[in-house]
Amino acid sequence: MTLTPAGVESLVRPAEIGIYLDNSATTRPDPTVIEAVRRALEVEYGNPSSVHRLGTAARRLLDESRRAVAELLGVAPEEIIFTSGATEANNLAIFGLARQWRSHRPPKDLGRPHAITTAVEHPSVLEPFRRLQEEGWEVTFLPVNRHGQLDPEHLSDALRPETVFISTMWVNNETGVIMPLSAIYERLNRWQERFGRRPLWHVDAVQAVGKLPTRPRDLGIDLLSLSGHKMHGPKGVGALYVRRGVQLSPMLLGGGQEGGVRSGTENIPGIAGLGAACQLAARRLAGDPEGLHLRKLRDTLWRLIEERIPGVIRHGPTAPDMSAPHILNVSFPGTKGEVLVRYLSERGVFVATGSACHSRRPEPSHVLTAMGLSLDEVGSSIRFSLSWENAEEEIVQAAAILKEVVAEIRELTGWKPGRSTDL
Amino acid sequence: MLFNSILVRYGEIALKGKNRPEFEGQLKRQVQQALDMANVPVDQVERAYGRIVVDLGTAPPDALARAVQAMSRVFGIVSFSPAVRLPVELENPLEGVAEAAWALVQEEIGMGSPGSLAGRRPRSFKVDARRAYKRFPMSSLEINRELGAALLRRGIGLPVEVHNPDLTVSVEVRQEGIYVSTREYPGPGGLPYGVTGKAVLLLSGGIDSPVAGWMSMRRGIEVVGLHFHSYPFTSEEALRKAEDLGRVLARWAGGKFRLRVCHFTEVQKAIQRHVPEELRITIMRRMMFRIAERIAAQEEALALITGENVAQVASQTLESLGVIEAVTQMPVLRPLAMFDKMETIAKAKEIGTYEISIRPYEDCCTIFTPVHPKTRPRLAEAEAAEEALAASVDIEQLLAAAVDSTASTELEPLPE
Repeated sequence: MTLTPAGVESLVRPAEIGIYLDNSATTRPDPTVIEAVRRALEVEYGNPSSVHRLGTAARRLLDESRRAVAELLGVAPEEIIFTSGATEANNLAIFGLARQWRSHRPPKDLGRPHAITTAVEHPSVLEPFRRLQEEGWEVTFLPVNRHGQLDPEHLSDALRPETVFISTMWVNNETGVIMPLSAIYERLNRWQERFGRRPLWHVDAVQAVGKLPTRPRDLGIDLLSLSGHKMHGPKGVGALYVRRGVQLSPMLLGGGQEGGVRSGTENIPGIAGLGAACQLAARRLAGDPEGLHLRKLRDTLWRLIEERIPGVIRHGPTAPDMSAPHILNVSFPGTKGEVLVRYLSERGVFVATGSACHSRRPEPSHVLTAMGLSLDEVGSSIRFSLSWENAEEEIVQAAAILKEVVAEIRELTGWKPGRSTDL
Repeated sequence: MLFNSILVRYGEIALKGKNRPEFEGQLKRQVQQALDMANVPVDQVERAYGRIVVDLGTAPPDALARAVQAMSRVFGIVSFSPAVRLPVELENPLEGVAEAAWALVQEEIGMGSPGSLAGRRPRSFKVDARRAYKRFPMSSLEINRELGAALLRRGIGLPVEVHNPDLTVSVEVRQEGIYVSTREYPGPGGLPYGVTGKAVLLLSGGIDSPVAGWMSMRRGIEVVGLHFHSYPFTSEEALRKAEDLGRVLARWAGGKFRLRVCHFTEVQKAIQRHVPEELRITIMRRMMFRIAERIAAQEEALALITGENVAQVASQTLESLGVIEAVTQMPVLRPLAMFDKMETIAKAKEIGTYEISIRPYEDCCTIFTPVHPKTRPRLAEAEAAEEALAASVDIEQLLAAAVDSTASTELEPLPE
């Protein structure tokens, strides 16, 4: 079953917009997604809670989308909760677990509750954990090494009997690092063997879903967040996988939708779009489970940059099992990331900087800083994030434009190979 | 509404001799305009000798607060008072006045209302009468005494304190009417906007230049902003910041502020390529002044205004100021020249530009900021550097292109 008729074409061809290499910020909604959203708005506009025919039609659309998300993750449809996006999914996972613990705490008091996350999470994970700290929780923020990689040993060291849950991302959004989930799974299993129980495990998989096979059951993941608009779906919709048996305290109370965990009339157009996006991702992954197409584009981009532009520094590991296929983070010493982004934008190439350029209060990327990079490296870094929509010619063209732009900025800043410029 | 008029006092204009009728006319128009913009319905604005009187007629009750805010932004006003206007009665001259004064006093005492008395219940009072209409049968002193006694009889319950009372009941007897008021709000002072002539303000996104612009406007100068934009080295947000600052200044300029935006990137690149690092800021400022002078000519403006402040940064030492200003024949006005930074910040907060100025976007990319700029450049050095620059680029062409690129936007006030 597909949510959209085949052969729908977009009105705007991507090439007319420019070379879009900022797919970790958001992606272009696929034409099949747009069609699914349009149909939900135009035809299936009933409330799934209504008893009449329009209501049951909307309910069917909701169920179909839930199945599409579940199939992509290899889980049961009842284990999927639709949210307004990954920020809500992450908040629901973290606060939902924390409140559940508070209202059902074990009779024998184990002391202050403890939770673990990493220093390089997305703000929608870091900020809820900071809030828990303010509310009296002990929180451990695990460090990463120079490549942005987590050492599973650190997790073992941080685990305590009173650890209630942990949250680690699957793929880092700035560097593309794949976190060592198998190793974490192993440590949690060992803990389970020793103590007969283990903390619950949430994974923010926003940058992994659709790019890598993401099957939470294979890794013993209890909760997993994903976002529609990072995988060619619409904005304003996401989902949280909650393993059967895991209890969450709801954040939004009301009509009891989504099994009472997330009240509010379902965003059927968004959910239909997310369902279509998941079906699309499933087809793409079936054809290329290793992400070879993306990886080839990414490696071509890096090879061209490395060959033609002196002094560049790539951040993050390069081994295929440690780096997502679609993200490349590079410093161009002698430039400033923000200026480079605007220059490239003028030339029709869209990329991102991890750090904001502030005159008074520099706010460098917390991820690159946690990796121990110098302010200079952080300030001159650019993130390229690709999609299966990108073509090899685009990559070649982007690299050529990049070379010219970097050369022009460096001429102005007087950068010479081997000389560090403190901008 | 208790009040039916606003009595406007102005100071300096009265000293301006031959220009006085023109200045008064301008002020009257600007009062009218400010009230229109604030949606205060006004029956008429009249010029009475030495005063401007706003007749509010049947304005809705909430109009007064808006009128007070609007009037506090009309340059030239020294102070103003919401007042009850009564017809002049020559028989039983104080009867109606006592009635109106008592109603006002009851508001002030009863409510402990916020405003001129800072929400505190007054503990003393006096009557302060002025008789401009000499056919009125009582002298100022008589009015003071009799109206004071009448208020005491009605039960004001406060002692009279002539030197420093908490509550002053003011009575102005004029031919066209008697005005009774209990509050006096300060105006911004200065001269009516635009009566002095026009000038071009070099408006960055920083704290200083908008304050310099505001102070110039208060001297009656019509200000046109000029912002130098170096996209892609500076961001759209930096431009937006300059625009928002202009939109704050528009609140004092009759609701309009013209901003000229010069695309400065090519000039900046040429300087970066061909001028020694330590002189780049000096030469950049000289180029900005040259462009500003040409924009001023287009605008028929008579002066340049900057937010420069003596010795604040390298380009503002006495040596730098001299070398920079040497490129223009125009007067360069620097209202903040001798200000302390804290005074500038306080002023910026007061006029509402501070929060915009501290938004974290650079107005001049740090790529172009040398580590060690020369603090005491000499004119000969700057001229030599420009000669060397001229060997590589056509400076005249560069400046002409920058002037040509200078767009013009009419900004409307930022909503509050």
